[in-house]
Amino acid sequence: MSTTTDQGRRAGQAAPRDLPQLGLAALLAVMGGYTLYDASTLEVGFADPVGPQLFPYAVGAVMLALAALLVVATLRGDRPEEEGGEDVDLTHPADWGTVLKLVGVLVFTIATINLLGWAINGAILFAGAAWALGSRTLLKDVLIGIVLSVASWYAFYVGLGIPLSAGILDGVL
Amino acid sequence: MGSLDLLWGGLEAALTPTNLMYAAIGVLLGTFVGVLPGIGPAMAVALLLPVTFGLEPTQAFIMFAGIYYGGMYGGSTTSILLNTPGESASVMTAIEGNKMAKRGRAAQALATAAIGSFVAGTIGTLLVVFFAPPLADIAVEIGAPSYLAVTLMAMVLVTSVLGSSRLRGFIALFLGLTIGLVGLDLNTGQPRLSFDQPQLADRLDIVVVAVGIFALGEALWVAAHLRRRPLEIIPVGRPFMGREDWSRSWKPWLRGTALGFPFGAVPAGGAETPTFLSYVLERRLARRGDEFGHGAIEGVAGPEAANNASAAGTFVPLLALGLPVTATATIMLAALQGYGIQPGPQLMTEQPDLVWTLLASLLIGNTLLLVLNLPLAPLWARLLRVPRPYLYAGILFFASLGAYTANLEAFDLFLLLVFGLLGLAMRRFALPVLPLILGVILGPLMETKLREALAISDGDLSGLVNEPLAVIVYVIIALLLVAPVVVGRLRPDLEPSALVPPEEHVTDDDNRKKAER
Repeated sequence: MSTTTDQGRRAGQAAPRDLPQLGLAALLAVMGGYTLYDASTLEVGFADPVGPQLFPYAVGAVMLALAALLVVATLRGDRPEEEGGEDVDLTHPADWGTVLKLVGVLVFTIATINLLGWAINGAILFAGAAWALGSRTLLKDVLIGIVLSVASWYAFYVGLGIPLSAGILDGVL
Repeated sequence: MGSLDLLWGGLEAALTPTNLMYAAIGVLLGTFVGVLPGIGPAMAVALLLPVTFGLEPTQAFIMFAGIYYGGMYGGSTTSILLNTPGESASVMTAIEGNKMAKRGRAAQALATAAIGSFVAGTIGTLLVVFFAPPLADIAVEIGAPSYLAVTLMAMVLVTSVLGSSRLRGFIALFLGLTIGLVGLDLNTGQPRLSFDQPQLADRLDIVVVAVGIFALGEALWVAAHLRRRPLEIIPVGRPFMGREDWSRSWKPWLRGTALGFPFGAVPAGGAETPTFLSYVLERRLARRGDEFGHGAIEGVAGPEAANNASAAGTFVPLLALGLPVTATATIMLAALQGYGIQPGPQLMTEQPDLVWTLLASLLIGNTLLLVLNLPLAPLWARLLRVPRPYLYAGILFFASLGAYTANLEAFDLFLLLVFGLLGLAMRRFALPVLPLILGVILGPLMETKLREALAISDGDLSGLVNEPLAVIVYVIIALLLVAPVVVGRLRPDLEPSALVPPEEHVTDDDNRKKAER
């Protein structure tokens, strides 16, 4: 990134508005509004001059104000400075497909954890996530996943006394 | 000398073979997780919290201490060998550290970072021993109005002084406060923001929130932007320093410690400022100033010491006031709460054994870190080569494991996903994480103090300012909010980028920050 483009962006000429930020503002507004509504349903206790609703009223109201400010800032060309990191490459456009696959893997885990148990779900979670992130050595990934999940199951059961869900392997493990 | 006797008692309690083993496990796990690219100390502590669930408080704290220092040390290794600092506190280390590594002096850079961290951490912890008890003695006396004001000051400091956009800081803070509202109201027992879900009425588990925001959010964000081309990693042997390195390092260590500790101890938030100041100071003082920008050892020694001393300093407000000022300290606070311990002015008098054991553990963890990590450095460096799909699949795996072990309910995994997506959105929209997590933890505390203060004054708002300390703190808050605006107008050149040498990623970063303003 050269300094000239930065200067241009600073002046707000070339850079397009970051419209998805309006979505964030909408989310904030919904949260603030719901917080206000929720607070209005609370009953005031005895001998409590403040009551449980004052703090949520304040938080919800400020949230609505912040949502409005964000809308104004966005329309005036304010752009977020996306977070960098060791493995983050911001020069390419975001790859939301990978994220969607990962979310899918997690949703599968949530839906089946009580049925299949951690030993199986953990292995699927690891192998599925590795696949989503571009690994193409399925057998190896599954093996690593099984080792990780079975080892963590026993580590928590034996070492820490926490019984993770055994699921359909109940009695086998 | 009462404090030293108590510390000695803590050391005796902590120095059993079993406890030493837990400390060693903590250091190794912390370093292991901290070295992995993309994992900062806060995420390391959050991911490793569940490991301590089954332990006694004493042992758990000893392990925490190891994880804490191990995670920090791991972060500096990554920034020296990869030149991509995982967190803002190691940006300064990366500048000179990576240049040193490229000139074949990686071993010396790692050594001065490790020994400097040890020196700073030890001095810093000893300073905590002297400062925290007197502060707690004073803090016990302050009433609800003043406490409310101090809490508010911590929030304003973290939200508006740090970070590049105040609007985003406040959005993050209020997201956190909203999350903190979820659950039963402590006074009247009515559920708030609970959508008639009993699991929500029971208040959110802070481990789930922290792991979701820090670990899962980060993993999802990286997944969306995964680097196609692997980074260049510099091979390293066993760290060591020659005579000249020692003589060039010891003064920066001490100066860095002196800079770092106060910034951690007064809730001025974070290690960014002291590490930056230390870097600038060393650059000014260096006899061979021209070496700066090409791998000067002073530029690693000073900022690393400042970073660790500031981390130790954060224990002063954490233990004496119950106020965390960094993300890592916030998660430590959550961990303490998990053991039914409410940090705050009473902690020092009610649970002295625990506090002194924790402080002694910090000293032990710090020493073990040095003993274990100097020989193990080449091994840690190899971790940087972990294939990225495995690394991030592993983070997903352990994040889910951590959230699941909190209550053994699928619902917590669902919450993890929700907070993971929130964490992803925060990184996309550049919302800082620290104000959010601070809001989650301090929000309920703040509300309690607010209601306490107003109940005493029977609802009269003057009850909030009827203590001199509270008034003083409110004045400071007002100054804090106004000062940056005024200073920014008067001294537009006082930007980090003006003082940082021309160097690819940092300059890029700062330019972008500049463009933001």
